[in-house]
Amino acid sequence: MVPVNYYIILSAILFTIGAVGVLIRRNPLVIFMSVELMLNAANLAMVAFSSVYKSFSGQIFVFFVIAVAAAEVAVGLALIVEIFKTKHNINVDEMNSLKG
Amino acid sequence: MDWTFWLEWVLKGFVLCLVLLTGFAYLTYYERRALARMQNRIGPNRAGPQGLLQPIADAVKLFFKEELTPARAYKIVFFLAPIVTVVPSLIIAAVIPWGTSFQLFGRTITLYVADINVGVLYLMSIASIAVYGIVLAGWSSNNKYAMLGGMRSSAQMISYELALGLSFVTAILLANSMRMIDIVNAQSSWWFVVIQPVGALIFWIATLAEVNRAPFDMPEAEQELTAGYHAEYSGMKFALFFMAEYQKMIVICAILATLFFGGYLGPFVDKFWFLGPVYMFAKVFILLFFMIWVRATWPRIRYDRLMSFGWKVLVPLALAVVFITATGILLAQELNNQLYFWAIPFVSIVAAGIAVMMIYRELRRKAYERA
Amino acid sequence: MTVDLILFLILALVSVSTALGMLLSRNTVYSALFLVLNFVTVAVFYLLLGAPFIAMAQVTVYAGAIMVLFLFVIMLLGTEVLPASNILPWQKPLAGGLAAVLAVEAIYLLLVRARSVAQVTSPDVAINSMDNLREMGKVLFSTYLLPFEVTSILLLVAMVGAIVLTKKEKA
Repeated sequence: MVPVNYYIILSAILFTIGAVGVLIRRNPLVIFMSVELMLNAANLAMVAFSSVYKSFSGQIFVFFVIAVAAAEVAVGLALIVEIFKTKHNINVDEMNSLKG
Repeated sequence: MDWTFWLEWVLKGFVLCLVLLTGFAYLTYYERRALARMQNRIGPNRAGPQGLLQPIADAVKLFFKEELTPARAYKIVFFLAPIVTVVPSLIIAAVIPWGTSFQLFGRTITLYVADINVGVLYLMSIASIAVYGIVLAGWSSNNKYAMLGGMRSSAQMISYELALGLSFVTAILLANSMRMIDIVNAQSSWWFVVIQPVGALIFWIATLAEVNRAPFDMPEAEQELTAGYHAEYSGMKFALFFMAEYQKMIVICAILATLFFGGYLGPFVDKFWFLGPVYMFAKVFILLFFMIWVRATWPRIRYDRLMSFGWKVLVPLALAVVFITATGILLAQELNNQLYFWAIPFVSIVAAGIAVMMIYRELRRKAYERA
Repeated sequence: MTVDLILFLILALVSVSTALGMLLSRNTVYSALFLVLNFVTVAVFYLLLGAPFIAMAQVTVYAGAIMVLFLFVIMLLGTEVLPASNILPWQKPLAGGLAAVLAVEAIYLLLVRARSVAQVTSPDVAINSMDNLREMGKVLFSTYLLPFEVTSILLLVAMVGAIVLTKKEKA
């Protein structure tokens, strides 16, 4: 059995990579993927704790997170498509006005 | 875990792959002969007795064909896409049970590669990643037709996955388990197709769309997209796509046989273990015939109709069928009356009838509007 | 070194390098593909941790549905490669520094407080590997029934929202 600390450290590394992705990339699709990566890192930590504590709560929360991520992606991608339709560009630097 | 355990595993996996590969070769022969019969032709009959060596001749031809890679293709993905398509079609077969077990050198050898408690979910997840090969093939070819084919297939496969998953749920509900073995054993008195015929029908339609078979072969519609996602592929790379499609057909018929047609069960199967694979093979053979029959009979349906059929008819119907099944089982348990259980097939067929009526009225209305 | 540990280290290497690949690829399609690989390795971690249901849900939903949607949108918009922009040149080094602080802080905390995590053993529900699906279903539909229903409503709202956002307005 691998010590649970290893999983938590891996989760921290993945979370950091996701955070960097949100900060430095200019493509909203990649930013979105980085958010998914951060969610995944959190999920990994939760499943690891769930197996240490021998409780299902962690796994069930991961189940909810997966469902919410699906909802988030559906709406987020719809927004990106809509932004592309009005601006013909999806670079986040160009999204600087509230008017469409 | 001694080494014989690993040896048994590797051998079983090897035999399974071998069976699927040979099955693929002879399925092409079977399909060509059956299609020819339906179209009043003879079909391939030159290579070997009755044309039985035709698949080998085809393989030799494909080996010696020149392989082209488009100049502007994304090379790595272009190379990987056929592999990504074939691998899921092979590994999905790992959880399908082909029979009971037998004794060899004092060991009990079971006729399945893996027995996991989330077997049905495994099928679902592998089916859902099967779409990548086609999407990537379309994109990496850097060709508009191929790309449109890939996008069509991704939209189509995601849409029909919902109905597919819900039809899995009906079988899970009836068997009260997600293990494939339990699902087969639960059908020892009645096949699930008797209890839930509409679930089996939805599974059938959804999988036709999942493997891009006629009448849902939009991703490769010749008239619209030249050849769709594999327009730029030739030689062995094309053969891999072809192989994946036919292996998926075999595997899907095996899954359908397992979930709804009693799997390897049949008379005397618990006395003679070798009858299990024989029954399974016979069922798969018959179900494959239906797939070929569908291809010979129905024209390709229009893409917008395909999508609205999937979302507006198949998904609601599948939800209704899951609801009916769950309610029937629950009422039969709580009120201790088997009548409710046997109401499931009739109510489901009524629901399917309502769906057919709605399609019919919609088509009639559109026809009037046009006229 | 047990087999588990070797497997873990290889998979950890794969998952970190695919995450970095996602971060650094110029081409969005490659980013998406790296992320798919990352999700699949995370699913294998779930299997190692004795959570087969979550592993399969991960592959089905993340790798099979969410990332296919991403690919679909990338291909639909034709935005594989965006031109580089230099609006905020100081942002990248700043982000890198902050990320390093975050990673060091997280790992330091974990290593310092590691002992307290490893000591906990309080099995309130015994998870045995084979039949835990049934138990998990029972917990999901009893203790967590309300969150479950709320999630289903959230999914419905998201579906309606996505359709409304992308629907063409009829003239």
